[in-house]
Amino acid sequence: MSGLSVPLSLPWLTVLTAVPVAGALLVLLAGAKPAAARGMAWVAALASLGVTLLLWHGFRPAWGGLQFEERRPWIPSLGVEYHVGIDGLGLLMLLLSAVVVLISIAASAKVRQQPRLYFALVLLLEAGLFGTFTALNFIHWFFYWELSLIPAFFLVRLWGGPGRAQAATQFFLYTMVGSVALLLAFLAIFLATGHFDFIDLAQMVANGQPIAGLARNMGGLHGAIAWWIFWGVFLGFAVKVPIVPFHTWLPSTYAEAPSGVTILLTGAMSKMGLYGLLRILLPLFPGQMRQVLTPLLWLAVASIVFSSFAAWAQDDLKRIFAYSSINHLGYCVLGILAAVKWSAMSSAGNKAAALDGAILQMVNHALTASVLFWFVALLEERSGGLRGLNDFGGLRKVMPVFCGLMGIAIFSSLGLPGLNGFPGEFLIFKGAFPLVTWAAALSVIGLLITAVFLLGVLERVFYRPVNPRWSGMPDLTGRERLALAPAVALMFVLGLYPQLVLGLVNQTVVHLLAGIRP
Amino acid sequence: MIEGIPNPAWIVRNLWLIPVLPLLAAGLAAIAPQRRRRLSASLAIGAMSCSLVLAGAALAEALHEPARQVVNFPWLQFGGEWLRLGWILDPLTAVMLVMVTFVSLLIFIYSVGYMDHDANFTRFFCFLSLFGAAMLGVVVSNSLLLLFMCWEVVGLTSYLLIGFWYQKPEAAAAAAKAFITTRIGDLGFFLGMLWLYGQTGTLLFYDHGAGCLEHSALTMLAGRAAALGMAASTGIALLIFCGAVGKSGQLPLHVWLPDAMEGPTPVSALIHAATMVAAGVFLIARVYPLMAAPAAGVQALTVVAWVGAITAFFAATIAVAQNDIKRILAYSTVSQLGYMMLGLGVGGVAVGFFHLITHAFFKALLFLGAGSVIHGCTEEQDIRNMGGLRKLMPITFATYAVGTLALCGVPLFSGFWSKDEILHAAHGWSVSQVPYALGAAGALLTAFYMTRQVCYVFFGNRRQPAVVHPVLAEHAADHGMGLQDTEFCDPASGTHAAHESPAVMTAPLIILAFFAALLGFLGTPAWPWFQAFLEGRHAAVDFGQFSGNGILMLMAISTAIVCAGLAIGWWFYGRRPIENATAPDPTAPMDPLERLQPRLFHALANRLYVDEFYGMTVIRLARAAAQFCDWLDRWVWNGAVQAVRWLVLGAAHMDASFDSYVVNAGFDEGCRGVRQSGGMLSRIENGRVQSYLRILGAALVVLALFLVWGRRG
Repeated sequence: MSGLSVPLSLPWLTVLTAVPVAGALLVLLAGAKPAAARGMAWVAALASLGVTLLLWHGFRPAWGGLQFEERRPWIPSLGVEYHVGIDGLGLLMLLLSAVVVLISIAASAKVRQQPRLYFALVLLLEAGLFGTFTALNFIHWFFYWELSLIPAFFLVRLWGGPGRAQAATQFFLYTMVGSVALLLAFLAIFLATGHFDFIDLAQMVANGQPIAGLARNMGGLHGAIAWWIFWGVFLGFAVKVPIVPFHTWLPSTYAEAPSGVTILLTGAMSKMGLYGLLRILLPLFPGQMRQVLTPLLWLAVASIVFSSFAAWAQDDLKRIFAYSSINHLGYCVLGILAAVKWSAMSSAGNKAAALDGAILQMVNHALTASVLFWFVALLEERSGGLRGLNDFGGLRKVMPVFCGLMGIAIFSSLGLPGLNGFPGEFLIFKGAFPLVTWAAALSVIGLLITAVFLLGVLERVFYRPVNPRWSGMPDLTGRERLALAPAVALMFVLGLYPQLVLGLVNQTVVHLLAGIRP
Repeated sequence: MIEGIPNPAWIVRNLWLIPVLPLLAAGLAAIAPQRRRRLSASLAIGAMSCSLVLAGAALAEALHEPARQVVNFPWLQFGGEWLRLGWILDPLTAVMLVMVTFVSLLIFIYSVGYMDHDANFTRFFCFLSLFGAAMLGVVVSNSLLLLFMCWEVVGLTSYLLIGFWYQKPEAAAAAAKAFITTRIGDLGFFLGMLWLYGQTGTLLFYDHGAGCLEHSALTMLAGRAAALGMAASTGIALLIFCGAVGKSGQLPLHVWLPDAMEGPTPVSALIHAATMVAAGVFLIARVYPLMAAPAAGVQALTVVAWVGAITAFFAATIAVAQNDIKRILAYSTVSQLGYMMLGLGVGGVAVGFFHLITHAFFKALLFLGAGSVIHGCTEEQDIRNMGGLRKLMPITFATYAVGTLALCGVPLFSGFWSKDEILHAAHGWSVSQVPYALGAAGALLTAFYMTRQVCYVFFGNRRQPAVVHPVLAEHAADHGMGLQDTEFCDPASGTHAAHESPAVMTAPLIILAFFAALLGFLGTPAWPWFQAFLEGRHAAVDFGQFSGNGILMLMAISTAIVCAGLAIGWWFYGRRPIENATAPDPTAPMDPLERLQPRLFHALANRLYVDEFYGMTVIRLARAAAQFCDWLDRWVWNGAVQAVRWLVLGAAHMDASFDSYVVNAGFDEGCRGVRQSGGMLSRIENGRVQSYLRILGAALVVLALFLVWGRRG
């Protein structure tokens, strides 16, 4: 590689996770002024992005396996190692997290109360995300998984809206239940196999030793344990994504959380669940997923259709976009499930399309949903916290640039070709339609209702006569435009040239599919 | 990557420039400040002029080399496959390119005059350019996916331009209605595309024998059985047709098009008459090999023909009783699009497509004429408040008359040749004669409602507007044309004198009128050059064609029908001037037809209650589903979670009371004992008792908790 080359001797992934932690400490030590804490947070988040960009630069997309791998023994007797590494999927998640955290910090400009603690928690959460997306051994992966949950809880609990107490508790309990299920399931897996390492486990499964079979052979345990393990792991991820009906924490949490935190929740933390489905559930339990594919598909369809209808019935912009998030992530779940469908080998292209589409959709959703909640934050700043669908009207007249840019984000969310929402959804449907025709055909209803409620938002907030109350609302400032421009530009780039993402991830998908061949 | 003939011409390799130039203009206009009005308009017109020149070059190349030429390129990769897109040059594309660029350019120029006073002038040209880019993208696509992508962007621009006067609630609602209604059809299109992709493994139309419209793919599709006794090819074709039904305003998805008239009139002319709505017809023409694939069971083209015929007649009836000058034309457009579909269904690509081209010119002309009328009458759109404009707006009147004659199908005008060919094909259709009857009846109604409109608008005397609608007044003020503006106010009568529009608006009218009158001669039975070009044949002049096949007979019948329509219209509306105060009773209805058949007239005026029907059924049902989902979430799912929460909390409270009454009581007892013994110890040791106590207390708590929890666990 010409030009700048990345020295592979450095433990880059460990460094990456350490950067935000160090940043969090520095933020706590920064001056009491909000600007100082924010400035420090900017520096740390930009440094993290810098490291992820270095990783991208040194990454070889033609190779589907793990790169930047670090593996050191930790507690050998328990099979616990410090094992990190990334493939195309991991790299994308890292890039996405770094960008989402930047957007979150940008959208937190108006945090006045205890800014040092706020930004330190945000950075700690970023460290949890980086750790989750790089760890390959269950023990420290689980540590990071929980590490990201705790700052999120406090961020909602301390800086949230009026209903924050209940929302935070609900969020915490829900995800905690999922985490406990995961923990128990993995302890059982360890007892059955003697492994905590995702890669080793996946290798075992790929070599024809399904975990279900090993679990049944465990002394003194009933055969049903295999299903308990499977559902435990599934539940852990289903709550995080979330998949209907494990989603009820989401609308209230997204609505009550400060917008900067909502951005983190929807942009990055929801991807932890999907990442888990791809990295853990899919390679470890392909056989079991195949056996219960029909009920799982019903859950995916319900996530897509149900949440789009529910979004239509909301009056609060944040709740609308919250349900819309469930809907968009439902397409990812549909793509992932379609890829495990048992079928003839000739459908390899369709499976690759479904998985590629799901991963592309993860990236696109992270970008679009983050930017949408950012706009809501900007609107709330101007309206003094109001964000009801009926509180506005005619804003296009008052703030044309704001409405133009937010309109682009809304149409991206709607899946308009040319913007980033479309290629991912197209690939998911392209793959899913031949594999699981009925589920794909039903899911199309979600595409229609999404258009209905998003255009409803445009009509009631931007169109119609100006609400005299907001006739003096200021348009985006130069600085805000400058901050938003790259994000909006990225929507066009990914919409017109999705190969930018697919080129990174396609070999990983091929690798992943090779492991789950029936 | 380049397929077809070995050394493609420059224009074939660079055909992508035709849509991309307007796209660049749109992008630049989007970031230009609002005050750069001339820049935005110049960019739009300049880019479209360049595209027109290139389209001309493309037509020349297609004339020179009628075989199709395609260029494909890879877009994205999944697994080991590449998804490829591409562009195509064949006679269909070439003709459509020239039509779209030419009509667009004229309408862009017209808009400079029409939108002159609008505050969002810059944005308007940005959207127009984006529309041009997307529409031209639809035309040059050699991939169903690329076509679909451009198709959706066309829908977006339609949405933006219908809702251009976004402060009008009606415009905002109409924009959303248009987008959503067409999206319903587009979902069928989307599913059809997925099905086609799954079956053939490609979405390229033509790919050196491997495209989805080529022989091997079609044979495979036609031979594969799907549900309901249809072949896969029929199923796919019908799903794709759903998209065309939405975009081209066919029954039952026609409801958005009349409402789309809320947009500025140049938009109605360009998008909702000449080009975008014809995109559905273009789509069917493009995938015609698939529509016509020789499959067993139901034929896709049969469905297309029936939908087209029913729409042609149905929309024409509604047009009879409309009072808004643009809505009459909108229903007329729906009806004419029905004719095009009928033509495709019964006669093939050339038959339907020829009407598409002639219609584009005469309907754009009519809409621009209507715009000129509206502009001249200070934003008045109700034909009952017009009248006598013949003298005040002579150019507009003359050109409008040409457009009307072409639309009605008066012999020798362009609409005559193209519509007659459709009726001729329908007459020869082997399946049924009903579509022919519907088409003929529609022709009678067309002549009737156009005569009615022309009589109302241009003949008789100027009638007073009863009430000036407040929205119109505000809107006129937006245009910088206060209703009391002396320029438009006739001081003698106190009414607003209509005025002829400026040259920038009348010049496009004259050019369009020229084509509306004469374009038909490119495709007469005697010299079917147009049809031959599309089908890659050579056309010869042969007047003998008129005598064969009963053509002359059918032409005579058509002519008689048109004359009858004109005559009845004249008898109703033209015989004596329509006045609002002539009737003895001022409240009596003004329309002669309304007086004659009030109930029928009201049913038609209310668009046969289709919108109301949808509102009561589909929309209400969907809305109820939304409420139900919300209710389910708030009460059932969340209720279950809350129930669990209360259970946990209840258990916690029980624990707490257990702690306070049992554990704490014991603790307090223990403390008392400790304090006593401590006192004793302190007397003995004189040490720091508090710290000992604290340690002891803590140890006791831990012990107590351990015992309690340990026992229960």
